Amino acid sequence: MLYDVFYSLPIALCSFFGITAMLIGAFVPKKRSNIVMPYATTGLAIVLTFAALLWGRNGTAFNGMITTGMYASFFDILFASSGILVMIAARPYLQKMAWEFDEFYVLVLFAVSGMMLMAHANHLLIAFIGIEIMSISFYVLSAYMRNEQLSVESGLKYFLLGAFSTGFLLYGMALIYGATGGKMEYSAIRASVSYGSQMPTLLLAGTGLMLIGLSFKVSAFPFHGWSPDVYQGAPTVVTAFMSTGGKAAAFAAFIQIAGALIPNGGPDSVKIVHLLACISAASMLYGNIAACAQQNVKRLLAYSSIAQAGYMMMGIVSGSSRGTSGLMFYLAAYLCTQMGAFIVAAALENKYGKQLEFSDYAGLAKRHPLLAGVMSLFMFSLLGLPPFAVFFGKYYLFTAAIEAGYTWLALVGALASVISAYFYLGLIVAMYFRSHESGETYPAQPGMSGVTIGIAVAGVILLGLLPSVVMRWTGIVM
Amino acid sequence: MLLATLFAPLVGALALLLVSRDAKKALKYSSLLMSLVAFVFALAMLLGFDQTNPNMQMLTNVSWIPTLDAGFRVGVDGMSVLFIFLTTLTMPMVILAGFDSIKEQEKEFYALILLLEFGVIGIFAALDTFLFYVFFELILIPMYFLIGVWGGERRTFAAIKFFIFTMFGSLVMLVGLIWLGYYVQQTTGHFTTNLLLLREIAPTIPLSTQKWMFAAFMLAFCIKIPLFPLHTWLPDVQSESPLVGTVVVGAVLFKIGIYGLIRFGLELFPQSSFEHAKVMCALGAAAVIYGAMLAIVQTDMRRLASYALVSSLGTMVMGVFSMTPEGIQGAILQTFNHGLSVTGLFLCLGVLTQQRGTTNLADYGGIAKVMPMFAVLFAISLFSLVGLPGLNGFIGEYLLLLGTFRSPFLNNWTFGILGATTGVFVAIYMLKLYNNICFGKFPNDGSASMSDLTTKELVTLIPATILMIWIGIYPSTFMRFSDESTKALVGKLELVKFGTTKYTETLKKLHAAPAAEGTAHKEH
Repeated sequence: MLYDVFYSLPIALCSFFGITAMLIGAFVPKKRSNIVMPYATTGLAIVLTFAALLWGRNGTAFNGMITTGMYASFFDILFASSGILVMIAARPYLQKMAWEFDEFYVLVLFAVSGMMLMAHANHLLIAFIGIEIMSISFYVLSAYMRNEQLSVESGLKYFLLGAFSTGFLLYGMALIYGATGGKMEYSAIRASVSYGSQMPTLLLAGTGLMLIGLSFKVSAFPFHGWSPDVYQGAPTVVTAFMSTGGKAAAFAAFIQIAGALIPNGGPDSVKIVHLLACISAASMLYGNIAACAQQNVKRLLAYSSIAQAGYMMMGIVSGSSRGTSGLMFYLAAYLCTQMGAFIVAAALENKYGKQLEFSDYAGLAKRHPLLAGVMSLFMFSLLGLPPFAVFFGKYYLFTAAIEAGYTWLALVGALASVISAYFYLGLIVAMYFRSHESGETYPAQPGMSGVTIGIAVAGVILLGLLPSVVMRWTGIVM
Repeated sequence: MLLATLFAPLVGALALLLVSRDAKKALKYSSLLMSLVAFVFALAMLLGFDQTNPNMQMLTNVSWIPTLDAGFRVGVDGMSVLFIFLTTLTMPMVILAGFDSIKEQEKEFYALILLLEFGVIGIFAALDTFLFYVFFELILIPMYFLIGVWGGERRTFAAIKFFIFTMFGSLVMLVGLIWLGYYVQQTTGHFTTNLLLLREIAPTIPLSTQKWMFAAFMLAFCIKIPLFPLHTWLPDVQSESPLVGTVVVGAVLFKIGIYGLIRFGLELFPQSSFEHAKVMCALGAAAVIYGAMLAIVQTDMRRLASYALVSSLGTMVMGVFSMTPEGIQGAILQTFNHGLSVTGLFLCLGVLTQQRGTTNLADYGGIAKVMPMFAVLFAISLFSLVGLPGLNGFIGEYLLLLGTFRSPFLNNWTFGILGATTGVFVAIYMLKLYNNICFGKFPNDGSASMSDLTTKELVTLIPATILMIWIGIYPSTFMRFSDESTKALVGKLELVKFGTTKYTETLKKLHAAPAAEGTAHKEH
């Protein structure tokens, strides 16, 4: 029992802080309920510390349903820091929009505990519970500004499609349960999916369904349909959280489940990996091509995140430890970059005018040189230009893909990056080369979110210049 | 010294960020100072360079990303030392030229120029393909902003076109260099981007695989040069850039392409280079003729100059792929020459544009009477490009053609003859340009009010002119730097192709490398 608690400590703590934060919000008089945000942030910081302290300890809890190891600890740190970054930036944003309620921070805590459960899972059911805790928090967060039409639309759309994809996941799990003779643990499934021979039809169908459900969660083509609308409609800080922490969590589960279901060798698993490679290639191309047509910054980042999911899937396609550690690095790099970009957009947003169109960004370099400079830094990083963080992630993933014999996938990735130059540069063009034409301009009020942006900038530059610091962690994980 | 040369511009760029935006004089002169410091370091490096040693010298090797064996590995051989020297020589002129023409956002401008210099020097110094790629992409950012912020009317279009063209090539190259590293992993068990190691292993790759890697690298460099038919970004960029951008593209960036052809084409993939030498030379010949034809009909002087560049770059590609010491030395010397002459030419054109605000040839005429000093310096730059004996262009042109004629790899006179047509064409359009601008009638409006070169412009132009004459009379001052490394390269190529070589002495030195490298390292 003691071990059970010890090895699931980050999750337990995170849930504990979530529940107590909710109680504080409910029972402490409104005047003093300001303390929920500092309380939640401190709580996550404690979780982060414990996750870091557990670094290097391997063990299982609750009869092997939950594991702790470097893999899970790495993701714990990732999720907790994304939660902290979002909460710091959320306060000025929500105050600006006059929508600050305690529930926001509580939901962020719950979402983080769901994510952690996904990374710690060694059992399909635990993974499922984690996915649901996270997703339900996200549904509510997307519709958080309930008077805003777009926000409500976003929440509803996300909920309906998310529920649909959950169906796929569950049905897939059921089929796998049947095909493997009642096994739900990753290691047991991996052992029973025999090498070399044909997979039984039930198992094949179950694997297919699960991969569809997971592809939905990471928003890969052709299961991406929800993401542009949801990302655009949700409050910008929520989008920042969903597209970084949420995506990382989905991949944390995806890596594990793909590892369990697709053993190397065997005609069927080769076919499945081919299919995943096609999904990856299509996501990169579709996301980047569709992003070229966007004029709204949030939508642009949404489409680009579809493409980014395609790049990340290269890590799963390659199926090697290099691929996995490359993917983990990529997630960290992407977290800094995408978070930073969305928080800059949030800082520019305004209650009276959305300020999210390219035309609103025109001439930003003159009005807010610092924000414009930082935003271009993030764009260059997303584009994959050295010496910024995402470049190195791409390099690593390309290496893994070529190593696995998927040179064509790396080439498609390279070409897709060229396409993406058009719209990432497009935003820079608007900020630097154009001047503001018409309409009112509002001064940006970054406030505390400057802290988040600062940390993101530091992350983008440090991960780019000294990738081996993080690589050392991700490299020994597998 | 190499490290000092490399990092001086970066330090300068970072230091500029601390200077106040309003201290315009301080910005200008501190950036000039830093570029001069880099030049002095480069000069010291050149003097400390051992010309008799064909190996890489002044090596530094710092581990960076151990999991992929990417390191901060830099060093120079005879070729790159010249390229670095020329870069540091050009940059002060470029900055000086910016003094008058750049009126807004000066702080960013000078910081970007120094960042660009850092990137370019890094490209020439990198002995690690990963590091090389980082520098190769790094220069896109300053170039993009230089064109986009300070450029002409269609600057956004030009900036994006430049960026996407170059990035396309370099990403394909990225896949190529990872593939190469992976190939090494298959043979030795370790993924690497160490160029010195790759140079040993890459030539052993079977042709069927090698030719695809070769193609990936060549695509990137042919876009960068740019070689016909990938040249279309050049005229747009040249006509939309600010003056400074045109000089940088015309005098510095194309060197990267030529350098890449030699360093990554011939050295890494000899068999594919033999196999495709004729194709590359044919493209070079096509570029010579096509560029010249288009240059003749241009009515805009910047576009004329940029097509002229396309044309003469064709001859350099032919020289490289003749794979003879004459051809390669000619190409190296010619990039050096071109750097000087093109800087001179574009600075002269910049002087005109600044006073008249137009680049249309028809708006000029009779300048020689108004601006005599200008006419002389302009003529020297032009004639150096035309290849008049006694000026630098002649030597380079001569060597290039000689190499192409004599090449045992091409074994075909046609290329030499096609290349030689450049001498005729270049005279036609360059003399037309000069004739149009300097002689003839004044247009009625305003030519008379033009004033001759200022001291600042003279300071910018005269060093280039002196060097043009110097090289024209005594080229071996510079050529002997790259002599040994070129011979070593050709020796290796001939050994692969024919089994014998004339340059056994040099090759012997190459194998005596460890001792020499050790001393070079200590010196450093």
